[in-house]
Amino acid sequence: MSGLSIQIRLPLADFTLDARLELPGKGITALFGPSGSGKTTLLRCVAGLARAAGQVEINGACWQDDSRGFFLPTHKRALGYVFQEASLFAHLSVRANLEFGLKRIPASERKVGREAAMELLGIGHLLDRGTDTLSGGERQRVAIARALLTSPQLLLMDEPLAALDAKRKQEILPYLERLHDELAIPILYVSHASDEVARLADHLVLLEQGQVVASGPTTALLARLDLSLAREEDAAVVIDTTVLAHDDDYQLTRLGFAGGSLQVPQRPLPVGARARIKIQARDVSIALASEHRSSIVNRLPARITGFGEALHPAQCLVRLELAGTPLLARITRLSRDQLGLTEGMAVVAQIKSVAVLG
Amino acid sequence: MTLTPDDWSAIRLTLELASIVTLLLLIIGTPLAWWLARSRSRWRGAVGAVVALPIVLPPTVLGFYLLVAMGPQGPVGQLTEALGLGRLPFTFAGLVVASLIYSLPFVVQPIQNAFMTMGERPLEVAATLRASPLETFFTVALPLARPGFVTAAILGFAHTVGEFGVVLMIGGNIPDQTRVLSMQIYNHVEALEYGQAHGLSAGLLVFSFVVLLGLNLLGGTRNTPGAGR
Repeated sequence: MSGLSIQIRLPLADFTLDARLELPGKGITALFGPSGSGKTTLLRCVAGLARAAGQVEINGACWQDDSRGFFLPTHKRALGYVFQEASLFAHLSVRANLEFGLKRIPASERKVGREAAMELLGIGHLLDRGTDTLSGGERQRVAIARALLTSPQLLLMDEPLAALDAKRKQEILPYLERLHDELAIPILYVSHASDEVARLADHLVLLEQGQVVASGPTTALLARLDLSLAREEDAAVVIDTTVLAHDDDYQLTRLGFAGGSLQVPQRPLPVGARARIKIQARDVSIALASEHRSSIVNRLPARITGFGEALHPAQCLVRLELAGTPLLARITRLSRDQLGLTEGMAVVAQIKSVAVLG
Repeated sequence: MTLTPDDWSAIRLTLELASIVTLLLLIIGTPLAWWLARSRSRWRGAVGAVVALPIVLPPTVLGFYLLVAMGPQGPVGQLTEALGLGRLPFTFAGLVVASLIYSLPFVVQPIQNAFMTMGERPLEVAATLRASPLETFFTVALPLARPGFVTAAILGFAHTVGEFGVVLMIGGNIPDQTRVLSMQIYNHVEALEYGQAHGLSAGLLVFSFVVLLGLNLLGGTRNTPGAGR
């Protein structure tokens, strides 16, 4: 059976972690929630580092099934685990760290080659260094490569960027995107940073107080008005687009998706390449008709599908759909009433700013 | 001043005793330290206290009870006689057994501290890299605890060399068997041979200093525990 099936129950100090999840067997699934919501514990239960009651099945391989008293110890699970802080063995060189897991995998079961992993994470030049001479970002890249070299069926990452400063984060994010694009290994990614989630995750699991509040595709979940995500100051949606064309005169790139197309300042991406974009709710305004001339380039026909409360009582959230693609707009309640916006109404979404991720 | 053959014999005996005891203690002390560092058993506190007893107990008290236990009426004495090993008091073997107990905390505690400082994380990392618990112990825990082992060996050795009260109680003063350095110095002082006592004492002092210095330079600086690497 394909997919990750996780049923876990574990009483903790303040609440009971109780997660029942059916997750896609490929791509990056983010476990997202505030600190202390049980994300890391859930990850540790999947790894077998913490002992919860329940079942864990990973793409057909059973790791735990309490109904028949089965619990595979961590070292027998085909997983890779990247810890939050640097977890390299201090008594070993970078090379020996990488080989620590690799040498325990029979040659016939090695799917990720040494060269490929080193190239993927850009660590070839670090091999003979001691671990104490590496920067935080380099250490985390070595730790990721070390985990990959065990050819895992599942990669578990516990806030791998949390201990790094913003610059190091930017240094590692492209490598994580390459993992996603070039390897067929599903990744469970714990994070409390919405920007990482928006950039990396295909699927999103929202945890609060040990309970799963929502689970679904990132694009859909970010646009749900009933979840806390939409009420945050930097509420945004993400859309997966394809590069359609470049306009060299005006230095613009046209990105297409199910609901239309958008123009963004030119990016060095080949036509046909995939690009994920993020549109913040505060950057979307609403007009009634498209003939009004405006300096805003991206004006798309949309339909209002719902209203929600915003953080500040002066404002409200409007959920729009562009032929199935959801979008959030944050406007004042005054504007809503003056324009007479109602559910089902056809309007024009004016998008002031688009962030191309990656 | 020259050393007498008796002095040399005492030196050789002392080094032999300290080496054997240190080696045995590293073997016995490692699993004990591992258990003390990681067990959640309710016996942990009691066992830890028993291990630490020799630190606070006067050596004569310890020696007295060992003498009683190893004597013909004592449980250990009856066991060794039943096994055909004879009696332990006033033999080299008896000194080894007594020293094992006497120096135990000085070996166990540094190793235990090293295991505790290392924490759970490296062991978890090893498990996620497919290392079995046994492999993890030998390839991760032992190397990471190396500074603790160096300290344990130094302290165990030095403490055994310096032992007097316990030897006095159960070892006596038998040349070539139980007359260790500290006894020999005591004998010289009793006989008012201050020059001889001086020679041995100064030698012991210098030896201890050199060993400590050497081992510190060798093992202390390269891999200090808790350096956050």
